[in-house]
Amino acid sequence: MIGNAVGVLFDGIAYGSLLFLISVGLSVTMGMMNFINLAHGAFAMVGGYVCVTLLSKLGLPFLATLPLAFLVAAVVGLVLERLLYRRLYRAPHLDQVLFSIGLTFMAVAGATWLFGPTQQPVNLPDWLRGQVHVAGLDVGAYRLFLIGVVVLVTAALVLLIERTRFGARIRAAVDNQTAAEGLGINVSRVFSLTFALGSGLAGLGGGLGIDVLGLDPSFPVKYMVYFLLVVAVGGAGSIKGPLIAALILGVFDVAGKYYVPEVGAFVIYTLMVVLLILFPFGLVRRKA
Amino acid sequence: MTPPLESTDISRGSSDISIAAVARLPNDRWKPLEIAFWLLPVAAWFLFPNHLVLVSQIMIVGLFALSLDLILGYAGIVSLGHAAFFGLGAYTAGLLSAHGWGEPVSGLAAAALVAGVFGFVVSFLVVRGQDLARLMVTLGIGLMLFEAANKAAFITGGVDGLSGMATSPLFGAFEFDLYGKTAFWYSLGVLFLLFVLLRRVVNSPFGLSLRGIRDGGKRMPAIGANVDRRLRAAYTVGAAIAGVAGALLAQTTQFVGLDSLGFPRSAELLIMLVLGGTGRLYGALVGAAVFMVAQDYISGLDPAYWQFYIGLLLVVIVLFARGGILGGLEKLVQHLKPAARKEDA
Repeated sequence: MIGNAVGVLFDGIAYGSLLFLISVGLSVTMGMMNFINLAHGAFAMVGGYVCVTLLSKLGLPFLATLPLAFLVAAVVGLVLERLLYRRLYRAPHLDQVLFSIGLTFMAVAGATWLFGPTQQPVNLPDWLRGQVHVAGLDVGAYRLFLIGVVVLVTAALVLLIERTRFGARIRAAVDNQTAAEGLGINVSRVFSLTFALGSGLAGLGGGLGIDVLGLDPSFPVKYMVYFLLVVAVGGAGSIKGPLIAALILGVFDVAGKYYVPEVGAFVIYTLMVVLLILFPFGLVRRKA
Repeated sequence: MTPPLESTDISRGSSDISIAAVARLPNDRWKPLEIAFWLLPVAAWFLFPNHLVLVSQIMIVGLFALSLDLILGYAGIVSLGHAAFFGLGAYTAGLLSAHGWGEPVSGLAAAALVAGVFGFVVSFLVVRGQDLARLMVTLGIGLMLFEAANKAAFITGGVDGLSGMATSPLFGAFEFDLYGKTAFWYSLGVLFLLFVLLRRVVNSPFGLSLRGIRDGGKRMPAIGANVDRRLRAAYTVGAAIAGVAGALLAQTTQFVGLDSLGFPRSAELLIMLVLGGTGRLYGALVGAAVFMVAQDYISGLDPAYWQFYIGLLLVVIVLFARGGILGGLEKLVQHLKPAARKEDA
């Protein structure tokens, strides 16, 4: 029983860290430009399809496809930001919602056209399959790998944002855009790069998540709620908030599906409503 | 600059600049164009006798879009889960009728009551937050109801949908026939009655205060308006009307599917409303008609293409055509008017 509980906890953490990886870019861009981007999942899907295509068509090793998934999603994000997104930063939220729903629909239809409506299989290398024995417990090798990658990426991200000049610019732009511009920071360029970084991380998460979340054209719609949840519950504009929120949501979702499958996704929606009532501005409130 | 125009010339525009027009309530006398608009469905009855079912569906979805227009176009509440109330009304009417209470009008009233009460409860959550929180709450409520209907298959029929409904004849006299003739007049009647009601509401001081909240929420308390209470009232009315629309669909098709609660329905509804133009009632009806006819035509080719074009349409509307079809027409008319006057002079 206790072994079960630890196993569920572990799976939940793996699931939550994946959610965090995909959503963190959304959190930063939402906090910075106050843009409600429902199409964020589409960038994760791009990463997923890049991985699958490279694996099956070119036969690249799984680890080599991940950086490419990051890169392609980042470039797509950068191009879309420069061409379309930036026109709507000052637009009402309704416009942003509609625009990003439109993008999502196009992404879903485009993916159906290119890859067909079926689930994409992913062939993991042998060393990522099966179970590993860690500290007296049998845990999924892939989930362990997943957590490891996310820990590394998060550490890199924290270093980037807390320790580098570019990170300081991001923080300045999130806190006060006008003042940052007054100090000579090119906020528009900082934002483009941040958007590309966030899209790239989503792409990386999409590639990593094929085995956990699955991959088919409806991906951006199916998981849209989860990504938005992480940001809305965690609080936009920070890294810590979405991390805590993603872990909580991941653990509760997995535990709910394991222990009370008959109520299904109810656990997560109830949790969300309760959290939003208790913390209407998110768990971690940005310093103003 | 040009001297100010007489008030009669511009009182039709949305941004009244003359003092006379500012002080007055909106003139809600029926215009000839509006009367002509309502003759269109009657014309459709004679012109397209083979498409009565489609026209009825357009009117039902149009009613649904009207309910969203009240809360989104007038009150400015962004909602991604309006299908929750539609589905709630549909299941209410459906369950009543499947368990022996097939009388349609009381079914509609029951659906309005259930959806309205649920909307009232939800409105406390919705009004609390800002745009993102509202979006999440409405989306979450919609998904929760969908999940509930899915899991409670012993009541709702789950994925298979609720069947076995038997709607009694309307007023005890008019049987719901296979060609949808009774359904047509029934839908048109309900739509028109509720439209008149909504038209009165949005032109009342209450409706004006909703617009005030939408355009400058922080200033409305300063003139003594209880913002939260008004938004809750608008949300409740919108929910009840959405419930009636759902019940209409259930009664006329004698079937309720799980998709009546789903997210795609909420998203499509939003698209129709934006396509027609928000905050002008007729926009909801025009948008629903254009959307449904296009869907009927294009989705026969390929559903995937249909979704792509809908997405493209949304992006284009947001970037280039704010105000939708009616907003565009309004601009066109305003553009043409001064030109016509110059020709006269």
